[in-house]
Amino acid sequence: MSDLLIENGRVIDPSQGVDRQARLLIRNGLVAAIDPRHEEIPADCPRLDASGCIVAPGLVDLGVELREPGNEEDETIQSGSDAALAGGYTSILCTANTEPVIDSPGAVEFVRQKASRANGVRVHVIGCLSRQREGEQMAELGLLAEAGAVAFSDAPRPIANDALLKRSLDYCRMLNRVIIDIPEIPELAESGVMHEGQVSLTLGLKGLPTEAEDLAVARDVRLAEATSGRLHVGPVSTMGAVDMIRRVKSREIAVTASVCPHNLCLLDSELRSFDSRFKVHPPLRSRRHVETLREAVADGTIDAIQSGHRPRSREKKMNDLDLAPFGAATLETTLSTVSKFMIENGILTWPQAIDRLSTAPARIASIGGGSLAVGSLGDVVIIDPNAKWQVDASQFRSHCVSSPLDGQELSARVTHTIVGGVIRFQA
Amino acid sequence: MSTADEIDLAFPENWHRRHLLDLESLSADEIQILLDTAQKLKELTGGCRNKLSLLAGKTLANLFFENSTRTRNSFSLAAKRLGADTVEFSSGGSSVAKGETFVDTAKTIEAMGVDWVCTRHVTPGTPHLLARELRCCVINAGDGPHEHPTQGLLDMLTIRQHRGRLDGLTVALVGDISHSRTARSNIWGLSKLGAHVIICGPPTLVSPRWQELGFEVAHNLDAILHRCDVLNLLRIQFERQKARPFPSVHEYAALYAMNGARMRRAKDDILIMAPGPINRGVEITPEVADGPHSVILEQVTNGIAVRMAALWLLSGAKDASNSTTPAEPIHYV
Repeated sequence: MSDLLIENGRVIDPSQGVDRQARLLIRNGLVAAIDPRHEEIPADCPRLDASGCIVAPGLVDLGVELREPGNEEDETIQSGSDAALAGGYTSILCTANTEPVIDSPGAVEFVRQKASRANGVRVHVIGCLSRQREGEQMAELGLLAEAGAVAFSDAPRPIANDALLKRSLDYCRMLNRVIIDIPEIPELAESGVMHEGQVSLTLGLKGLPTEAEDLAVARDVRLAEATSGRLHVGPVSTMGAVDMIRRVKSREIAVTASVCPHNLCLLDSELRSFDSRFKVHPPLRSRRHVETLREAVADGTIDAIQSGHRPRSREKKMNDLDLAPFGAATLETTLSTVSKFMIENGILTWPQAIDRLSTAPARIASIGGGSLAVGSLGDVVIIDPNAKWQVDASQFRSHCVSSPLDGQELSARVTHTIVGGVIRFQA
Repeated sequence: MSTADEIDLAFPENWHRRHLLDLESLSADEIQILLDTAQKLKELTGGCRNKLSLLAGKTLANLFFENSTRTRNSFSLAAKRLGADTVEFSSGGSSVAKGETFVDTAKTIEAMGVDWVCTRHVTPGTPHLLARELRCCVINAGDGPHEHPTQGLLDMLTIRQHRGRLDGLTVALVGDISHSRTARSNIWGLSKLGAHVIICGPPTLVSPRWQELGFEVAHNLDAILHRCDVLNLLRIQFERQKARPFPSVHEYAALYAMNGARMRRAKDDILIMAPGPINRGVEITPEVADGPHSVILEQVTNGIAVRMAALWLLSGAKDASNSTTPAEPIHYV
């Protein structure tokens, strides 16, 4: 039961510094050995040939919108789970912006039960930081943690109230939970549609200025320093944010950060088409921001790459740019985006990419996974690094078919996603 | 009533566009064709008063999701001067009020058999969206603060009629550049045809990024006035502003309104333009608006000529192979 021997693959595990041809044995849903001795392998153990493929810990996403309950037209826990599996994820953290919001133990339990029935990816809940996600009073964070919330956030809303953030960082030290903040000053970002720059100027579209993010990151990290609380900022998208994070990390302050894949490869000039599939948040920025982000992922200033999966139904995205919501389906393309634009360009190695997509986010969220060390969860992704494929968003498992990379050729493809030793997705 | 052959109006071989969405994407040649055609049609219709039958049997739908008086009527008259029928649509009292998206509304109107959809909308890019979704010609009659191409063209036609050229002239756009679709169409159109464009207004309404794009930016009208051949005075669009970008209307008028004192320091043959509606006493004083240098009402007349040209040219290119706006490539880094 839940045993599997994966043979002939290139096993990459950044948590142990492993990168070699090896066999991986999973027994009882846990990693039993890398290169097991013959006698360790049960006689009837199912085998999986991973020739030519990478065998790595399953991907972990720090922030996925599942939209259920309340907005099932955008995504359900089942469809989001299926999409995550197809993208190579074995664990996802789902955000609390549902209707009703996830600010009570009962709401956490609802998601956990639905996820259990979906029988797919491991779904971890990010609880609301504030009651009703209104940004004023702390939610019952202790009870939410007891119910299973692994982190707290008001995402996609930023935590605008300085005192609330400071108090929460303080309070959460006893819960050993990370607080995730979307860095943005609402007053500066108000009604913005895209990156504020030359392109927004000529298109006459209201801009989201970089200083809205820069100032928020500056405040966030200062409060993390003051409280010694665990803070994760992200996704980030600006040079200023990177600069700030780099500086505080040099002072060994416990702040981590993440970035979305489309912010690593696409420019704000895509909005010249006025196509709402490029209306994402954080917005596509100008070239120098993108290049800075890529460097920051490579040198570890940015710890993790998160999908930024923010599904919205076709009818919502069909609207004009002002009315169309921010969002895109990204779970099924993130790994391949990283492969094409970060690995093929020599910016990241495969072990570094696996670290940013799996090991680091698992560590930040303090959940299992992200490792193939003996005794770890038997959560594995098998990747064909040489595959080429064309994105066809209409074929996504996600309910959302809006993708900024729709129609583009990407590289590397997930062949198998294994959760607890069970193959849950096979291409 | 006459056909194109009877009135000797040859369709330009190098016109292939089926939509008129903006001036930024048009070439200088295409803008010249529009202006030349407008001039010709103005002459053929006796100053836009007489009717031709160039577009008989065709129908223009005005889909206005924002208020408009002069542009809507101008398009309707232009269509009628060329023998076409018109359908009028306003968002108030329509299915939009019942929750229908504007794309579905446009598709419904198109299904009634229209040849052009002329649209005005508060959001930039909505005509581009319609151009992807509809089969008929789409004309942008103003998309938020983005562009208003026929306004830009009628401004250019008016200048050309008075000066005989655009190349080498200095044209200042003064006022609320941030929220002005007229400004953006003027900026691209004038610069493509060789005019020197100065973008003038307080820093809260004129982004320094225009300088990065190669345009002259000025915040002091008095300092540039002596160099200007044309002043296009743009309305302060209070309705689009969430926060007041200057301390008071009184202060704005003192710094930027074209008044008698400034007229005396301007070039003798300066042209005073305004896209209208004008805020008398804010951007322009009555003595200037109604004075001998003002061509504001000529602009209105030329609007019909330009719109006739647009309807005729787009209609003629309907079946051309190179007829749609080319898709922008994905910009990978």
